[in-house]
Amino acid sequence: MESKSLSRDCNNPNPDPKMAFHFLRALLHIQQSAATTSFTGRRRRIKRAAYASMAYSSGARRAWSRALIHTLRRRRQRQQRARTAVALPRRIRVARPPRREVAAADQAQVLRKLVPGGTGMEYCMLLEETADYIRCLATQVQLMRNVVDSVTNS
Amino acid sequence: MSSRRSRTSSSRMQSSSSSRMTDEQIHDLLAKLQALLPEARLRSNDRVSGARVLQETCSHIRSLHREVDDLSERLSELLANSDINSAQAAIIRSLLA
Repeated sequence: MESKSLSRDCNNPNPDPKMAFHFLRALLHIQQSAATTSFTGRRRRIKRAAYASMAYSSGARRAWSRALIHTLRRRRQRQQRARTAVALPRRIRVARPPRREVAAADQAQVLRKLVPGGTGMEYCMLLEETADYIRCLATQVQLMRNVVDSVTNS
Repeated sequence: MSSRRSRTSSSRMQSSSSSRMTDEQIHDLLAKLQALLPEARLRSNDRVSGARVLQETCSHIRSLHREVDDLSERLSELLANSDINSAQAAIIRSLLA
């Protein structure tokens, strides 16, 4: 099958149609409100759509995708709450102690923070989930490149 | 280390539990991760240590995250300037090819 995409490293046009459709649908939706959103707002929503389409394509099958879906929902709820919330004069913001970077003696610890849900995983599971996460990320990146190329060249 | 760590107490996992898995299992998983690394980072050398693979994997993940950021920015520009409704057919064709 010939690929009509003009992206440079297109050895694998799109192995994940579910991801593609989810992302594309989100993009269309974002574009429809493009007139009213700022550049930053749009970029944030596109980025969210990217991670969402990644997560939903794996769905409940993977621990990292479950964790990612959970994180995305929680963030959205927080955003919605912030939008409708009334500023309470009584609310006192407690300053957090500045977070110092822990010496990464343990690379596994660093990895846990990068992979969604990583902090709750056993070592072997972490390695497996990481592999799947990386594959999925790479697919998403390729998908986004394909979309950029298609829009640029259309 | 007599009792198995229960699955519910997963909040403070120590990597010392790796002694429970076979070394071969871990070696296989690390080899899989190494295979996923882009060629620039990969020293096709069997002696690459586990810590090194993890380090390179972390860098790779970070660079993928950065790529998503950059592409999101790029797409944000494109959405403002072009109408992807008209490009839709071309995109879908390329995605399904």
